[in-house]
Amino acid sequence: MKGARPFVSMTISVNGKSMEIPVGTTVDGLLTLLNVKREYTAVAVNRDITPKSTYTAVTLSEGDKVEIVRPMGGG
Amino acid sequence: MYDTNLVLGGKEFTSRLIVGTGKYSSMDVMRDAHEASGTEIITVAVRRVSLPSGESILDYIDTKRYTLLPNTAGCYTADEAVRTCYLAREAGLGEMVKLEVIGDQRTLFPDVQGLLEATKTLARDGFIVMPYSNDDPVMARKLQDAGAACVMPLGAPIGSGLGIRNPYNIKIILETVTVPVIVDAGVGTASDAAIAMELGCDGVLMNTAIAGAHDAVAMAKAMKLAVEAGRLAYKAGRIGKKLYATASSPLEGLPDWTS
Repeated sequence: MKGARPFVSMTISVNGKSMEIPVGTTVDGLLTLLNVKREYTAVAVNRDITPKSTYTAVTLSEGDKVEIVRPMGGG
Repeated sequence: MYDTNLVLGGKEFTSRLIVGTGKYSSMDVMRDAHEASGTEIITVAVRRVSLPSGESILDYIDTKRYTLLPNTAGCYTADEAVRTCYLAREAGLGEMVKLEVIGDQRTLFPDVQGLLEATKTLARDGFIVMPYSNDDPVMARKLQDAGAACVMPLGAPIGSGLGIRNPYNIKIILETVTVPVIVDAGVGTASDAAIAMELGCDGVLMNTAIAGAHDAVAMAKAMKLAVEAGRLAYKAGRIGKKLYATASSPLEGLPDWTS
């Protein structure tokens, strides 16, 4: 197919689960892919917290460990 | 009677009851219990989003009305606890944190060494640190010196409902520190909360006692009343304890029934 780029995927871990995503996916892209609301959510990549302002700038790499958290019931 | 507000990190609160969001039978019951408790501060845990993500607990908490207090429950090292607080702050949950560094799985007693270390780090980084601690007055002073906004000694193990097991230590803590003292954990029923407040504590934090009660909403109201009653009794100044009776009625003026 002319103009079509081959879909190249990479494997990352999201909240402990292995996941295949397209190469070049940003944190913002991942959240959209997973349909996760941005409000009251925080993301850490390889133990480092990703500030909300950099979601579109941070591109994920093969083997990255992503944690996405939000408030849950607790005391 | 005139009373001051509870002040934590410069923020003032009228209610002295802090409640949780865990273990409720339903989200509707939780919301109604929060309402009945009169609370202004609500604790939440910070956990992985379930995928696919469903409804959020914050759909049931009016964040304009309540101050959220993210906790670090489940953290066993200072590093984990500190990272959790940063995550909570980045998530937009504010700067007030209920700091827990757990030292033992079975008792959930705090690891006070880790707690002190994490308190120092977080206070330095601008957090309003509310550390869940044991009922040790020496540790309470160290936490205060480390920059804690209050100290939160346990009344008994988390979720145990055993009440205030060492009121004397709580009393000594109250004399040792100048920051607010909030009893966190161990409360089982209303009288436990009242006892904490009668001792002079500045507040009580609880989750299971309300969430686990047969009627959580009714218990939430009971806790509200108990905290208020205990506070009022403390401010009123109770009578001293005596071994023998002191008559309440005058001894003079009794009719003479002798014949």
